[in-house]
Amino acid sequence: MLRHIKPGDYLTLLVGGLCTIWITVTVWSGGAADKAIIRSGGKVFREVPLSRDQQIEVPGPLGTSIITIEKRRARITSDPSPRQYCVRQGWLQQAGEIAICLPNEVSVELTGGAKKYDSLNY
Amino acid sequence: MTASTTDKQDSGYGRQETGEQRSPRIPHPVSRILLNTTAEDHHIAKMAAVALGLTVLENAIPSPLPGVKPGLANIVTLIVLARYGWKVAAWVSLLRVLAGSLLFGNFLAPGFFLSLSGAICSLAVLALSLHLPARWFGPVTDSILAAFAHIAGQMTVVYLWLIPHSGIAYLIPIFATASLVFGTVNGLVAASFMDNGEKTGTERQP
Repeated sequence: MLRHIKPGDYLTLLVGGLCTIWITVTVWSGGAADKAIIRSGGKVFREVPLSRDQQIEVPGPLGTSIITIEKRRARITSDPSPRQYCVRQGWLQQAGEIAICLPNEVSVELTGGAKKYDSLNY
Repeated sequence: MTASTTDKQDSGYGRQETGEQRSPRIPHPVSRILLNTTAEDHHIAKMAAVALGLTVLENAIPSPLPGVKPGLANIVTLIVLARYGWKVAAWVSLLRVLAGSLLFGNFLAPGFFLSLSGAICSLAVLALSLHLPARWFGPVTDSILAAFAHIAGQMTVVYLWLIPHSGIAYLIPIFATASLVFGTVNGLVAASFMDNGEKTGTERQP
C-alpha cells in the first residue's frame, strides 16, 4: 500500500492536512468571546466581562434568572421558565452564542472582538 | 435506402412462400441510425459506464451529511487520466455526471449543477497537476488536489446560487477533511489498480 505513495504525495498530504487544520481553526474558533451582554425585557441589563467569575441575578416577569460566569464561559444556571430550554443549552463559549429564556424575557449573548453575522442578525 | 429495404423484404417474403427457411441475413424493415464510432468512443463509453456503476453503488452508502461522499467514480477518472490522458478523462467524467443525473432523475436540478461544477473544477486542477514531475508525484497527489478542487467548486456554486450566507463556511472544515481522507483513499486505490493492471497487462498482451 505504502509503496504507491511517492515522496511528493507525502508533501501534498502534509500541505493538505495543514490547510485543513488551518481552515478548521479559523472557521470554527469563531473569535474568542470577551464580554457577555445580559438583556432583560429587551433592554440591556448589564454588560459583564468574562474574565471575572461571578453570579448575576436578573429579574424578569416570572421571577429571577441566575446567570453564572466561570472560566470565560457563561450559562443560565436557573430560570423560572417552564421548559428550561435556556438552562439546558449549557455553557456558552464562543462569540455570537446566545441563550434566550423567552417566558422570563432574559437573554445572554457573548460578544468578541469581531462580531460575526449569524442567522439572528443577518 | 427505403426502396432497397422494401425490395429485400419482398424477396424475403417470397422465399417464405416457397417454403424456404427465412435466412438471418435478411434485414428487418427497421430504419437504423448508425453513428460512426471509433474504438476510442467505445472505450470512453465503457469507462464512463464503470464510473456510473460506482456512482450508483456509492449512492447506496448512507452519508452523515449531504455532500460527504467517497467519490468512488473518481478512481476511474484517475486511472483513465494516467493511461489515456486528460481529454479522455474529461469525457469519462462529464459523461458520468450527465448519465448519472439522468439515472437519478436530477438532470438540471441543483444536484446536477453541483456535480458538474465539482467535476469541472477537478478536471481543471487535474490538467495542471498532470504537469507535476511523475517521479515525485503520483495518483495520490492528483486525487487529493482534485478532491479539494471538487469541494471548492461545489461550495462556490452553493454560496453564489443556493445559499448565499456566510454560515455555510462552518461546513468547510468537514468537507475539507472528507476531501483529504477520501482523496487519499481514492488515490491509493487508483494507484494499486494501475499497478496490477500494468503487471497483468504485460502478461496478457502478446
